[in-house]
Amino acid sequence: MWLFDRDLWNEILNTLSKNMFRTFLTMLGVFFAMIILLLLLGATNGMSNSFDDIFKGTSGNSLFMWSQSTSEPYKGFERGRRIRFTTDDVALIKKQVPEIDIISPRVQLGGYNTPVSVYRNGRTSGSSVLGDYPLIDDVMKKNIVVGRFLNNKDIEHSKKVCVIGQETYEQLFDLGEEAIGHSIRINGVFFSVIGVYKKNENVDIDGDNAVFIPFTTCKKTFGGGNDIGFMAMTIYPEFTVPPIEAKIKKLLKNKYSIHPDDERAIGSFDMSRIFNSVAAFTGVLNGFSYFVGIFTLLAGIIAVSNILLITVKERTKEIGIRRALGATPKVVKRQIVLEAILITVFAGLLGFTLSTAILAMANMAFEGMEQVPIRNAIFSVPQFLISFTLLVVLSILIGLIPANRAVKVKPIDALREE
Amino acid sequence: MIEIKDLHKSYKMGSNSLHVLKGLNFNIEEGELVAIMGSSGSGKSTLLNILGMLDELDEGSYTLDGVPIKNLNETKAAEYRNKFLGFIFQSFNLINYKTALENVALPLYYQGVSRKERQEKALKYLEQVGLKEWAGHLPSELSGGQKQRVAIARALAAEPKVLMADEPTGALDSKTSYEVMDLIQKINDDGNTILVVTHEPDIADMCKRIVHLKDGVIVEDKKVDQVRASQYV
Repeated sequence: MWLFDRDLWNEILNTLSKNMFRTFLTMLGVFFAMIILLLLLGATNGMSNSFDDIFKGTSGNSLFMWSQSTSEPYKGFERGRRIRFTTDDVALIKKQVPEIDIISPRVQLGGYNTPVSVYRNGRTSGSSVLGDYPLIDDVMKKNIVVGRFLNNKDIEHSKKVCVIGQETYEQLFDLGEEAIGHSIRINGVFFSVIGVYKKNENVDIDGDNAVFIPFTTCKKTFGGGNDIGFMAMTIYPEFTVPPIEAKIKKLLKNKYSIHPDDERAIGSFDMSRIFNSVAAFTGVLNGFSYFVGIFTLLAGIIAVSNILLITVKERTKEIGIRRALGATPKVVKRQIVLEAILITVFAGLLGFTLSTAILAMANMAFEGMEQVPIRNAIFSVPQFLISFTLLVVLSILIGLIPANRAVKVKPIDALREE
Repeated sequence: MIEIKDLHKSYKMGSNSLHVLKGLNFNIEEGELVAIMGSSGSGKSTLLNILGMLDELDEGSYTLDGVPIKNLNETKAAEYRNKFLGFIFQSFNLINYKTALENVALPLYYQGVSRKERQEKALKYLEQVGLKEWAGHLPSELSGGQKQRVAIARALAAEPKVLMADEPTGALDSKTSYEVMDLIQKINDDGNTILVVTHEPDIADMCKRIVHLKDGVIVEDKKVDQVRASQYV
């Protein structure tokens, strides 16, 4: 096959190496373009990795819902009626909305956003006290520093145990003091500390100053019937949150006779929206990288084509001789297109090598630096393959311009040229 | 070997058309050494270009070794040139970054001859023109006469039906010219058909037949007693 013909490659390498300096200059454009493209892609990936770090432990497909007061009169009820969700609603949603993966109800002592005084040895902290199920850990991961989080046994036996946040710990304990096994007092009831957690880097609505106690314990100890304050849910990944959110709201509005257009009666927060906007942001950055990179690449390849056009002009006579000796237009074209490919591929590979090295060095330099929002910046294999394929395809297309120019001149005119 | 019937060729120069060849008829047999003579503008180069398939004829017919040459596309023309013709140019037209051997081997490359065979053949023809020792030299390291001999070896390498020489001695001094003509005569002695375009009478006299062109018509076509170039060398 001609592609493996040693003489063909000899011819091409001969021509290119004869003009080392010019070949080198020709390659620069593509070389830099490849570096720019790959560095941009790598940096975007690095940024996306650092976002992933931030959101690690928070389920992207999660939904939080709580009850408020109505803002519209409906079915004989006046506006301003307080709605209270109960554990029955949890069962109802579970039954009626199969798209829900996890649903975890919560009660907050004293109500939403109301700190409760927690005592220990004469110290006090104003913390959120949350009655939760262990499942909440799958929706919003707590980074346990010591001990453990709540488990099903705690729920079953309504144990008087608690998991406290870092900040609560700092207010109630001396630095370095053992917390596990010690008791803290909430509304006159003693709870034994079983774990201390640290909140997630950035996304955690509960914060660090909170005390988690088992849902069942909370109900038995502090009363409140079946009422719940809040539901945390995750949706199976094959579904998107907004339609499910609407479905649940419709279900609950129907149950509590809330006006269908009442936006205030039920509060909710769709975590996927944040995730989607971040994903959209990195997506846009990615697109921008391709856009800039590809046009730079195009400019680089056009430069190759330009130089080859000049080369072809200079070599008109040589090409004429070759054709007089029996080189068919196809052979002449092939040689010039292959020259274009060889130059761009070689320059592209050099750019690839250098940008990999630059990214590796940048990663080493940025390692452990929290303020640089780039983690493990490297382009992916598919990204490299896409860029490289594009490079080759463009070089073929653009190489055809000088190639066609080369065979357009009649051999007789080419020979006449002195 | 070559049959030309009623050959016409004209060039468009703006709105005018320049009638260069006005109905040529002649045949060349195998083994002939023909000089095409004429002053500049007589149409001799045009004729050679048409015979060399570097240019197309307008009217008439051209048959080469029984093959009608007409309506050639570039690919076909390249194949025919490669198979049938060997060119020798006034300015040698060697590729300057290739060695003598590589230059000679080039038409064989386009014939698809294997690398090894190419080298052997090219070396054989270089030896025939007396430049075996210069095989590895670049054209820039050779004298004019040597360059033309490399070009002749290159034309021979493809083993063509006809050798076409366009002013082969035009760029050489008379002594070197005679050496080159001596070589051409010897190649002709081996049975090769050769066409030489020249405007120098002494070179033409070294051929076996002279076709005289003037203003696009053949004014004279005569066999001559060949002057051997060897006596001047």
